[in-house]
Amino acid sequence: MRKFPDQAKVIIIGAGIVGNSVAYHLAKKGWKDMVMVDKGPLPNPGGSTGHASNFIFPVDHGKAMTQVTLDSQEQYKAMEVNRECGGIELAQTEERMEELKRRVASAKCWGIEAELLDADGVLKLFPWVDKEKILGGFYTPSVSVVDSLRAGTIMREKAQEMGALEVFANTEVLDIEVEDGRVKSVKTTRGEIGIEYVIVCCGVWSPRIAEMAGASIPLAPVAHQMIDAGPVPQFAEAKGEIEYPILRDMSTLMYERQAAANLEIGSYAHRPILYDPDEIPSIDEAKLSPTEMPFTREDFDPQLEDALDLLPEMLDHDSVEIQYAINGLISLTPDAGPVVGECPEVKGLWSVAAVWIKEGPGIGRMVAEWMTDGVSEIDPNEVDIARFYPYARTKSHVWARASEGFNKTYGIVHPGEQWLSSRNVRLSPFHARTQQLGAVYFETAGWERPHWYESNKKLLEEYKDRINDRPNEWDARWWSPIINAEHLAMRDRAAMIDLSALAVFDISGPGALDYIQKMAVSQMDVPAGKAVYTLLLNPHGGIRSDLMISRLAEDRFRVTTGGGHGGVDKKWFCDNLPQDGSVQLCDQTSALCTLGLWGPSARDLLASVTDDDVSDAAFPFASARRLRINEIEVWALRISYVGELGWEIYAPFEQGQRLWDILWEAGQQFGVVPAGIGVYGTTARMEKSYRLYGNDLDNEYNPVEASMAKPKVKAQDFIGKEAYLKAREEEPAAVLCTLSVDDHTSFSGEKRYMIGHVPVLTADGAPIIDKKGRRSYVTSSGAGPSLGKFLLMAYLPPEHARVGNKLQVEYFAESYPVNVAAVGSTPLFDPENGRMKG
Amino acid sequence: MNILACIKRVADIGAKFDLTEDRQAISTKNLGFTISPHEECAVEEAVRLVEAAGGSATVLTLGPDKAEEQLRDSLARGIDRSILLQTEGKEWDPGETARAIVDAVQNEETAYDLFLFGNESADTGDFQVGVRVAHALNLPCVTGIKSLHIEDGKAVAKREVDEGWEVYEIALPAVVAVKEGVNLPRYPSLRGTMKAKKKPVDRQTPQRTGADLQMQELRLPPEIKKEAEILGEGPAAAPKIVEVLKSLEVI
Repeated sequence: MRKFPDQAKVIIIGAGIVGNSVAYHLAKKGWKDMVMVDKGPLPNPGGSTGHASNFIFPVDHGKAMTQVTLDSQEQYKAMEVNRECGGIELAQTEERMEELKRRVASAKCWGIEAELLDADGVLKLFPWVDKEKILGGFYTPSVSVVDSLRAGTIMREKAQEMGALEVFANTEVLDIEVEDGRVKSVKTTRGEIGIEYVIVCCGVWSPRIAEMAGASIPLAPVAHQMIDAGPVPQFAEAKGEIEYPILRDMSTLMYERQAAANLEIGSYAHRPILYDPDEIPSIDEAKLSPTEMPFTREDFDPQLEDALDLLPEMLDHDSVEIQYAINGLISLTPDAGPVVGECPEVKGLWSVAAVWIKEGPGIGRMVAEWMTDGVSEIDPNEVDIARFYPYARTKSHVWARASEGFNKTYGIVHPGEQWLSSRNVRLSPFHARTQQLGAVYFETAGWERPHWYESNKKLLEEYKDRINDRPNEWDARWWSPIINAEHLAMRDRAAMIDLSALAVFDISGPGALDYIQKMAVSQMDVPAGKAVYTLLLNPHGGIRSDLMISRLAEDRFRVTTGGGHGGVDKKWFCDNLPQDGSVQLCDQTSALCTLGLWGPSARDLLASVTDDDVSDAAFPFASARRLRINEIEVWALRISYVGELGWEIYAPFEQGQRLWDILWEAGQQFGVVPAGIGVYGTTARMEKSYRLYGNDLDNEYNPVEASMAKPKVKAQDFIGKEAYLKAREEEPAAVLCTLSVDDHTSFSGEKRYMIGHVPVLTADGAPIIDKKGRRSYVTSSGAGPSLGKFLLMAYLPPEHARVGNKLQVEYFAESYPVNVAAVGSTPLFDPENGRMKG
Repeated sequence: MNILACIKRVADIGAKFDLTEDRQAISTKNLGFTISPHEECAVEEAVRLVEAAGGSATVLTLGPDKAEEQLRDSLARGIDRSILLQTEGKEWDPGETARAIVDAVQNEETAYDLFLFGNESADTGDFQVGVRVAHALNLPCVTGIKSLHIEDGKAVAKREVDEGWEVYEIALPAVVAVKEGVNLPRYPSLRGTMKAKKKPVDRQTPQRTGADLQMQELRLPPEIKKEAEILGEGPAAAPKIVEVLKSLEVI
C-alpha cells in the first residue's frame, strides 16, 4: 500500500468538483507536492457533486458570478463533458415576465445570447408545457448539462499526471494543528502530515473542518428537494441524456429537466430545511450518500402539483412514477455567494466552499491564480471570505440568512432588497436618535444605516418642484423621494449623516510610512494632519480599493474605508504587514463612531460648538485635526463624498450620542437635517461623479480607465506600480463616464428610472464593446436632484466617450435615450469643487 | 374482492447504524422511514389483484402518528383506503400487534377475502403477525409465498423450496405472507401521489392487551473486521497474487 506522506506543501481536503478543480489549476500554475484526501471513495465520495442536477444557466444579474460561470462552462467544454441543450426560464405571472425582461438585459450586459419567447415560442422548443399556464419564457441557447463527476476525475488525474498531486480516498481528516496563527499539520486516519497550506473544499462539511483549525466558514447545509420521475412517454424514443431544453419554472421556483427517459424535478420552493454539519450521516450510516438525505414528501407535495399543472401531458399518467427522491444537501451562505479565500483567522487555511457545479472549474482557476499571484483575473471581491465579519460567521446569523435566502434561489431579488432576518446586530451610538427621527434602515456589513428619514417628509413640500416621484413600483421599491429632498436640504443648509459603519484602521510603528507607501498609489509622505484619497491596487494593477489615508503623526496613519468592504481591506492590509513587527494595525472600527456633517452651513454649525478654529485657513480641505466639542475630543477629517463643505467627525463610541445631541441642538438654527445613505451613497456622490467600489470600480478596469490616475506617479514603489505605469502609457480601452437620461417615458407613457445593471447601447441599439471585449453597462445609477437629471455611470470606449454623444439604455425590454454628460471623473455638479473647498 | 395488506413503518438504514442510549431502539436521527420490502410486495400484490378482479384494497398499519407517511405511500401506489392503529410510538410485540389487528378487522364493516402480510418485518423479523392473525380469525394461512393467483374463488400460492415449488390451494378468506420476488413493486406515480392526499386514513386507537415478549436490550453485533489486504499495485503485485492463487489451489 502507498505510504501516506508525512510532509507536503498543500493538502486539499475534498475530492468533489471543487477540490479537483483547485488541484488541477494549482498544478497548472506549477505547484507541486500536493496531497488530496477525501473521507469517501472515488470517483464519487458522497458530497453534493454526486447528486447535482449538473445543469448550467449562465445568465446571472451579477457580473463576477456570470464570468465565473462562463469560465466554468468553457472548461467543461474543453473536457468534452458539456452538452448544450438550451434552457428556458418560464413566467406564469406578469411580475415574472418583467423579471425575465430584466434577465435579457443582464444577458446583454455580459454578452450572452438570449431572447424572450412568447408562449408559442416556448411550445416550439418544449411542446408539452400547458400553454394556458405560461405567459412566455427567457431562452438561453447555451444552457448546458455537464458531467461534473467525470470533469472532476479528468482534472484530478491531470494533476496526478503532472506529478503534482497524490490522492488518498477513504481518508478522513481528524484534526488540523495550528502554530503561531498558521496551519502546521493535518491529522488523518492514515497518519499525520505536515503542510504549509490547507485548502478546504469540503462542501457542506467545510464548517466542521475549518472549526478544527479554529476558523469559521459561514455556510449552512440546506436541503434542496429533487425527484426523478418516469418513464415519461414523450421521452420513450430519447437517445441521449438530454435532448430538450431545461425548464426553469421560475414562478413556482422549480426546474424540470430531461434525464434520459425520465424527468428530473427540483424545487427551491419548499420550507428551508437546514442541517447541522454534525447531523449529516457518515458514509456507512447513510442509506444513499451522506448528502442525499431522506426525502420529506409532505414538503414536496405542492411542487408535485405545480409540476403536474405545468406538464400535464407528460406527467399525469399512472405510469410516470417517482423513482428516486431526495433531500439533496447544498451549501447556502448568508449572501448566497461562494466562500473563497484565505480564512482571516488562520494563515494558510483556504476556504473554497459553497461553490456550485456551474462555478467549480472557474472558482478553481480563480483560487489557483490568487494563491500563486495574489490576484485573479476574475474579481474575487464578491466571493472573498473576508467579506464576512465575525458576526456574519456565527451559526445564528448564517442559519437565519440561509433560511431566508433559500427561497430567493429562483426568486426575483430587487437590487436594493433588504434582508429581514438577523437585523440590528451592529448599531451606531446615534441609533436611538435616528430611530426617533423615523430612520428607514438599510443594512451594510451588519450595521443598521439610516437610508432616509420619514421625519423629512415635510421637506417634500419644500422641494416639491424639484422632486420626481417614481410611478413604477419596481423603480420605487426600496427607495423614497425623501432621499432627494434630504439631498437638496443638505445642499441648501447642512446635513448630519450617520457614518459609523466606516471601518477605521490605525497603522503605526517605525515602518509605518514605508508600509503605507507600498500599499497606496498616492504619495503618502505628507505632513501630519494631511488626508489623502488613494487607490489600492493588486499586483496586476487592478483596483483593490479606494479609501482615505490620513497621516496622524510621523509614524502613524489612519485608514478609513467603507464598512461593506472593510473586512476585505483589513485582510489586505494585515497580509502585507512587514514580518519584523515594525508596523502594527489596530482596528478602531468598534471604538470610534463617525458623524458626517456637510452643507454650506456646516462650518458655522461646527464653529458654534467648538472653541477650536475651523476656518478654512486653520482647517483646510483634505486635512485632519483634533477638536473639542464640549466635553468630547473628536478627530475631524475635512473631506467630502457628497461635494459639500464639511467634516467626517470621529468620536469615542460611548460619546457618540452626546455628539449627535450637541450638533443636532446647535444645528436647529442652521436648519440642519438628518440625511441618509441614499444621499451619501447615491445622489450626492453621483452628482460629483465619485466612484463606488464594487459598482464602478473592480479589478477588471484599471485606474486609467476609471479616470482615477493621478497626474504624477510617486517615486516610491507600491503594489501594482509596474502595471499602473504601463496602463498610463496605453490609450484606455474604455473610460468611466457619467450619462444622463434624456427621456424617461416608456411605450405605455410611464416614467421609468433605471436601477441595477442595464446595458448601454448605441443610438441604433447595437451593443457597445471595447477593444478588450468588455461590454458597456450601467455600473451605478441615481437621481441628481440638484442637476434635475437622472444619472448613470458606465465605461465607454473612447469613440463613444464624448460629451453630448447620444446613446441608449435598455430597461425592461424598452430603450431610453441617454447622453454622455461627463467623460472621466469631471463632476457634473460644482465642477470646480468650490463648495467643498470653500 | 376485498383485500387487506398489513405493513410496518421501519427505519431505512444504511450499512451501519447506532442504538439509542437506552438500547431499546435503533437511533433514527436523520434516517428516513420506509416499509419492509416484503410488505411493499404485499401492497403491490393487493393493488394488482384488485386491478384484475375488482373490489377494494385496504392498507393497515400499527404504529406512531407518523406511520401515516407509509400509508400515504401505499395509497399513492393504488391502494384505496387505509387504517392507522395509532400507538404512542413504542414497539408492540407480535402477539399484541396481531390482537389489535384482529380487533380492528372484526369491527370493520368490510369483510376481507384476503389478508396479505410481508413474510417478516425488516427490523424485528419476528415472522409472527400474519400467522397469529390467521390463528385468531381461524383462517388458513400460508407463508413465504413467491407466487400468488386467484382462481375460482381460491388462492393458488407457491413457495420456493430447494428442489422446486410447493403449491398450495387455499379457500378464501385466507392469510398469505409474501416474500420479495412475488412481484416487482411499482413506485408511486405523481398522479397517484396527488390522489393519495385525498384518500381516507381511518385512525383508531387500539387498546393495549399486554405484551407476551419483553425486550431487554438491543446489542450491535461485533464489527466484522475487513480482511481485505492490498497485495501491491501494478505488475509488482503479480508474484504475491500467484502465491495466493497457489495457496487456494486455483493454480
